Parts: sequence; structure tokens; C-alpha cells
Amino acid sequence: MMTLRPADEAELSALLRGRTGPLRVIGGATRVLWFGGAADLLDCTALSGITLYEPGALTLVAGAGTPLAEVERVLAAEGQRLPFEVPDLRGLLGTAGVSTLGGVVAANASGPRRLQAGACRDSLIGLRFVDGTGMAVKTGGRVMKNVTGYDLVKLLAGSHGTLGVLTEVSFKLLPVPGASATLVLRGLDDASAVQAMAAALGSPFEVTGAAHWPGEGTFLRIEGFADSVAYRSGRLARLLAPFGSADMLDGDDTARQWQAIRDVAPFHDRPGDVWKLSVKPSDAPGLVARLAADAVLYDWGGGLVWVRTAPGADLRARLGPFEGHATLIRADAPVTAVFQPQPAPLAALAAALRRKFDPRGILNPGLMG
Amino acid sequence: MDMPLPDPSILSRKARIVDRLRAILPHDAVIDAPAETRAYDCDALTAYRCQPLAAVLPRTTAEVSAILRLCHEEGVPVVPRGSGTSLAGGALPTADCVILGVARMNGVLETDYANRFIRVQAGRTNLSVTGAVEADGFFYAPDPSSQLACAIGGNIAMNSGGAHCLKYGVTTNNLLGVTIVLMDGSVLQIGGAHLDPGGLDLLGVICGSEGQLGVVTEGTLRILPKPEGARPVLIGFSSNEVAGTCVSDIIKAGVLPVAIEFMDRPCIRACEAFAKAGYPDCEALLIVEVEGSDAEIDEQLALIRAIALRHDPVEFRESRSEEESKRIWLGRKSAFGAMGQINDYICLDGTIPVSALPHVLSRIGEMSRSYGLDVANVFHAGDGNMHPLILFDANKPGDLELSEALGADILKLCVEVGGCLTGEHGVGVEKRDLMPVQFTPDDMEAQMRVKDVFDPQWLLNPAKVFPLGATSARRGA
Repeated sequence: MMTLRPADEAELSALLRGRTGPLRVIGGATRVLWFGGAADLLDCTALSGITLYEPGALTLVAGAGTPLAEVERVLAAEGQRLPFEVPDLRGLLGTAGVSTLGGVVAANASGPRRLQAGACRDSLIGLRFVDGTGMAVKTGGRVMKNVTGYDLVKLLAGSHGTLGVLTEVSFKLLPVPGASATLVLRGLDDASAVQAMAAALGSPFEVTGAAHWPGEGTFLRIEGFADSVAYRSGRLARLLAPFGSADMLDGDDTARQWQAIRDVAPFHDRPGDVWKLSVKPSDAPGLVARLAADAVLYDWGGGLVWVRTAPGADLRARLGPFEGHATLIRADAPVTAVFQPQPAPLAALAAALRRKFDPRGILNPGLMG
Repeated sequence: MDMPLPDPSILSRKARIVDRLRAILPHDAVIDAPAETRAYDCDALTAYRCQPLAAVLPRTTAEVSAILRLCHEEGVPVVPRGSGTSLAGGALPTADCVILGVARMNGVLETDYANRFIRVQAGRTNLSVTGAVEADGFFYAPDPSSQLACAIGGNIAMNSGGAHCLKYGVTTNNLLGVTIVLMDGSVLQIGGAHLDPGGLDLLGVICGSEGQLGVVTEGTLRILPKPEGARPVLIGFSSNEVAGTCVSDIIKAGVLPVAIEFMDRPCIRACEAFAKAGYPDCEALLIVEVEGSDAEIDEQLALIRAIALRHDPVEFRESRSEEESKRIWLGRKSAFGAMGQINDYICLDGTIPVSALPHVLSRIGEMSRSYGLDVANVFHAGDGNMHPLILFDANKPGDLELSEALGADILKLCVEVGGCLTGEHGVGVEKRDLMPVQFTPDDMEAQMRVKDVFDPQWLLNPAKVFPLGATSARRGA
């Protein structure tokens, strides 16, 4: 097994043009399970560096191999950030690599703020990629509003390298608010917690995080200017009084708490497989009841459920048909497909798209179906 | 503008095609009399017209599926149509096409406040989506200027924006799922009440594909709780450059207004004459709107005031009442109408990086002088989406062509400074031939491959988005 590390887009393009064997495309290899068998590694970390950062336009353009930490550091110096709160899954997966921007995009990795600020793909305003034939393509750009041509930006985000290899990505950014606070409701069962989160998210107080950690509490985050945070958290506490009286976490504790939720800290160093469910929030407690899970963590107001189970259990079989999808995030053995198989007509479209962009089937073959 | 020649074999089969449509649809759903199909000969890009072969007005997804299956069998192109408000000619017919209008499909199918979504049929108007939920304290965020008339199906096809997308995003950021019918009649459900459909993001590429991948019949839309309040402030400046710098400073300071609108002097004067909103007579005017409780609004406006005062504004007018807020928005909201009163105009839609604003405005001024055509600028400054209005006289021979040439030059400038041809109106037929300015042949090839997968015969909404030369081999296939 070889590791190929193209220095730039032209080299990558030449490499893919002449390639026949399967490739596993990686940035830092920190996020996604690989049961695809032997394949040479295509390491994208040399495509690195911030090429444009305009704080006044809330815009960043960088090579796909740029380390996430480097980008976060540069943005923080200007009081800005990526809006979608990128999870760091290394603690959960026991990986040690350096997460890259391209990896974040390929996985459409989005954290707790996804429910208010949108997913990674919603902040992504442009990208460049090289498809499986070696063709270099630009889509989108560096401006926030752009409907020129089809939105391949969205198609490539979350495609896990199966349509092409990302070389450059552009994001719109948000200012980091001056203050934040978290309300904590204690002792709610799962169903009441989801109801409390729905009440909070249906209020005008702009909740930017809504998670339920059974045994720990139900957490609701407010961000903004200091006076506004105080006002809204007060109003929200009154609104949620029927669910009990709320404790309040200050800014520092808020940051720690949401990092733990974002990175699924309760499952670190605990045995078992880990799954991620995307569901209609109000369905979540009922679905969880079917799972015989060792532990769960609800995020996105219940729309995202992290599940820890005994190794080797096929969670999809236990769930039966449901609205949403389940992804296998951590496992020692390929229990089943990493991604939820899609209904036949959608699977056929996806397969046809993969054949168009990667006719020789060399890019992460089999990963998405 | 070139359009492909209509297929004579389709034109000669008109009677048979119409008969077959009548056989699968209720009698009132098929329109083929030339006097009646005339109603569908153009959209809001009225300079271009063409009567379709026929128009059909289905009421259900099953009817849409039957229509598409039939047209697929007959090899007849289909042009989907929402409310016909496209400024880019997105719903312009060809003479050999069937117009598929979704206007009769306007129902609300499901409203769910606990999970914050609404499911509607594609013909429902944008404003009436909010209308269905506002009594319960919710709204649908994307708000194109045509929101009173435009259909959700059209919004999804064009990925429509609006004045408030600086904070809330555009259609694609507020769309959770669709029911879509492909050209062969197959019906697909993509996404739904959960976030992030699984697999490849087909929803993301369908949104904004200008009706070329399938016909959306239902949409699941994210609804949001209405903010406690909103208040605009009006700031006048003695130069465009200073106003542009002020926009950038507001954004850098960490305030995120819901809207930052920009008008230049020609636009201010026209709006003032038309709407009498009491605007100051100055070079550039910003309307900045913030949201929240009264105290939160005060806090944000204080910050904006401090930033604005550093730039020596000629006017800083904060609304103190609902009435004053309405007056501040009145001129801006009547801008297109005001222009229509004094002239024919073309409305452009390029986007530029906010930092390029002063340069682009001064270049547009130079171009306007060299073409001898007036240009008024009104746009969403926070996200760089410009709407230069080129004023011309439709009765003067050659004036339309001249204004189109100026428009093309302005859009090329947008691309040159790092922006794009269209921020929210779509490519349609209007900007089709400019695509190579922004994209390489390979960039377009990648997009066209998606079309190949969804609509292999290239029958849906033909002759739009891509230059005819780039698509001729595929269309002839």
C-alpha cells in the first residue's frame, strides 16, 4: 500500500488521469470509518494554505488540506469563526490525525450550532475539485449569494470523496458573539427533554444549541451581546418553568459544556459501537426506546442522536423503517454499511452520478454504496 | 437571442399530443387554444416571448407524473412554471414545448411547530407560506421581492433569496425536503422533517437547478419563530465609497443585521419622486435593519450609530415607531416600481465581494456614461448582491440591445472582481450566453453531467442555463 501526496491541483489531476486502481482519499483521516480493504492512500494534506481571508466580507478561501486548527486560529484573531461548530471526533474514534478543511467538507461535519446556523454545506460558498477522470472543476465562488449554474458545492459537500477530490474550499463566516450562556434543566426524561427543547427552539430567543445528555441535564445555549444574552436567557428560563427551574452556566462553562457535546465526550473511552441518527426530533425518544442502547446523547433538539451499543449490533435492523437515516461512526468490524442504504430510485441516481464523475470507480469505492 | 428551432415533428403531432394529455387529465387542465396559451408566452423577462404548444395545469403529483411520462414518450420538451415571475426567462417557452404550470397545486399539506417545518405544494406563493403560520408566531424566511406572487416551486428551482438572507440564508438553507417528479415520470422523496438527507446531497443540487432536473411538486420548508421586533435605521452618505466602507465596518464589528440595503443617488431620487418616503437627497443611502427585543435593538443600533458617525453621515435616522419603519422601507420596496414609472429598465443581479463595492460602483458610473444609458443602483449590500437597473427606451430602436450590452459588461465586471453573474435571479435564458465568462468548459461539463443523469434526453426546460453551443450535442441526442 502506497501513500500518494500530490503537491498541487495539477499534480493531483495528472495522478487521477492515469490511475486505474482504487484510492482511499484522506485529509487527516479523523472522521470516517473505512472498511474498503486495500487501497493506496491519496493524502491531500499538501494542498494547504489560506489563500484569501477578508474579515470585512466574512469570507475565507483555503486549500482543502489546510489544518482546521490553523483556520480556527486565524479566524479567532479577527473575532470570527466557522458558523457550524466543527466536531472533533478524534477522542470518540481514537484517531490521532490532523483534521483538514477538506475532510470537514467531505463529511459535511456540523456540530451543535447546525440547528441554528446551518450545516457545513450551508456555509460553504465555493470549491474546486478534481474528478475521477482528472478533470479540475470550479463551482460556486467566494461570494455569499450565487445561483450561477447548478450548485455542485452542495453535491460535493458530504460526498466523502466519491465524486472528486477537493482542492480548495470557500466559506462564509460569522463574528464570534461577545457573550454566551447555557440554561440547564435537570432530571427530565427523554420525551420531556425533547418537548422542552422544542419549546425553546420555537421561541424568539434564538437558541444556538439544544442538547439532552441523559443523567446530566438538558442544555440550551444563548449567544450574542452581553445584555441581550442576559435578557434572553431570563425570558427563556421563564418560558421553560413548566419543565423545572433552570441552572445557568456562564461563558466559560458554556464553552466547555458544548465542546463536550460537540465531540460526544460521554462516549470517549467507553466500549461499544457508535452510531449517529438523523431523525425528526419528536420521533427521537420513541426510536431510542427500540434500540437497547448502552447510552445516547441527543443534539439538535433531538434531531441528532448519538447512540452507543454493544459491538456488532445492526442498529438499522432494530430501528426498522423510520424517517431519517443512521450512520455507523465507530466500530471494529463492518457490521453493515457505514451509510444508510437509500431507497432504490435515489440509490440509482447516486450511483449514476458516481459513474459520471468517477467512471473507473477509483475514488473511495464502495464507501457510499 | 437565439433559441433552438422548434422540432417540426412535434409541431405536426400537436393534435395527437393534446388529445393524449386530455385523456389523462381533467378537461380544464389542458390549454391549447392559441388565444389562451398566449398567457404563458413569457415570464417577467417580457422582452422575450414564444407561445408554447400547449399548457397543462395539474392538481396532484400523480397528474404531474402522468404528464411527464407522456411527454417523455412523445419526446416533447416540458417547461415547468411556478407563477411566471422569473426575471431571467426561466419559464420562457419554446414553440414545441408543453408548459407545466403548478399554480393550482397551492395547498398546505402539514404544519408542525414542534419540529418547525411546513410541507406545501409547489404552487403555493411564498408570502402565503408565512401567512399560514404567522398567527402562531412563525415565518418562512426567504423573501424575494416578488413574494406576493412567486411560487415556492419557482423559489426552489431558482434558489431564490431576498432582502433578509444576510441573516437567514436563501432557499437552499431553508429547504428540508422535496417531492420531485423526473422527466420519465418517476416520483422521488428526498429529505423530509429530519436534517441533512442521507447519501449524496441531491436536494442541494436540485435546489437552484432551474427546473432542469425534475419538477418539484411539494416542499418541506423550515419555519422559524418570529423575532420579538425589528427596526430599521436610515443612513445617508455623501459618497458611495464611504457608504461601502461603512457596510464593511458594520459587518466586521460583529453586528449581524438582518438586512443592509444600499441605494445610490439616481435610485434615491426616483424612489423619492415615486413614493415620497422622505429620503434625504444624498449620494448613497443605507437601510440597516436589526431584530430582537427593544433593548436588544437599542444595543445593536447604538453600535451601528457609533460606526456610522465615524464616517460622517449626512443623515442618521432611527425609526421610533412602526409608522416610521414603514416609511424607511417604503422607498426601497417601491424602487423597481419607481423605475418602471420613469423608464423601461433591465434589472441585473450580479454579486461581488463586499470589499469591491466602491470600485465596482465607480466603474459602473464610467460604463454608464460611455454607453449613454443611466444606471441606478439598489442592492443587498451586506452580501454584495447588486441590482443595477439600466434605464432605456423600449420604443427606441437599438436601445434594448444597447442596454443588454451594457448589462453584459457590468456582469463581466462582477466576475472579474471575484463575484458572479447572478446572485438570486438565476441564469435562465438571460445570462445563458455569459456562462463562459464565469466557468471553463470543464466547469460547465461537470454541471451538464448532472443534467445527463436526471434528464438524459435533455427535455426539461430546454435552452436555459448553458450556452446553446455547449449543449447542442446533448440536445440532439
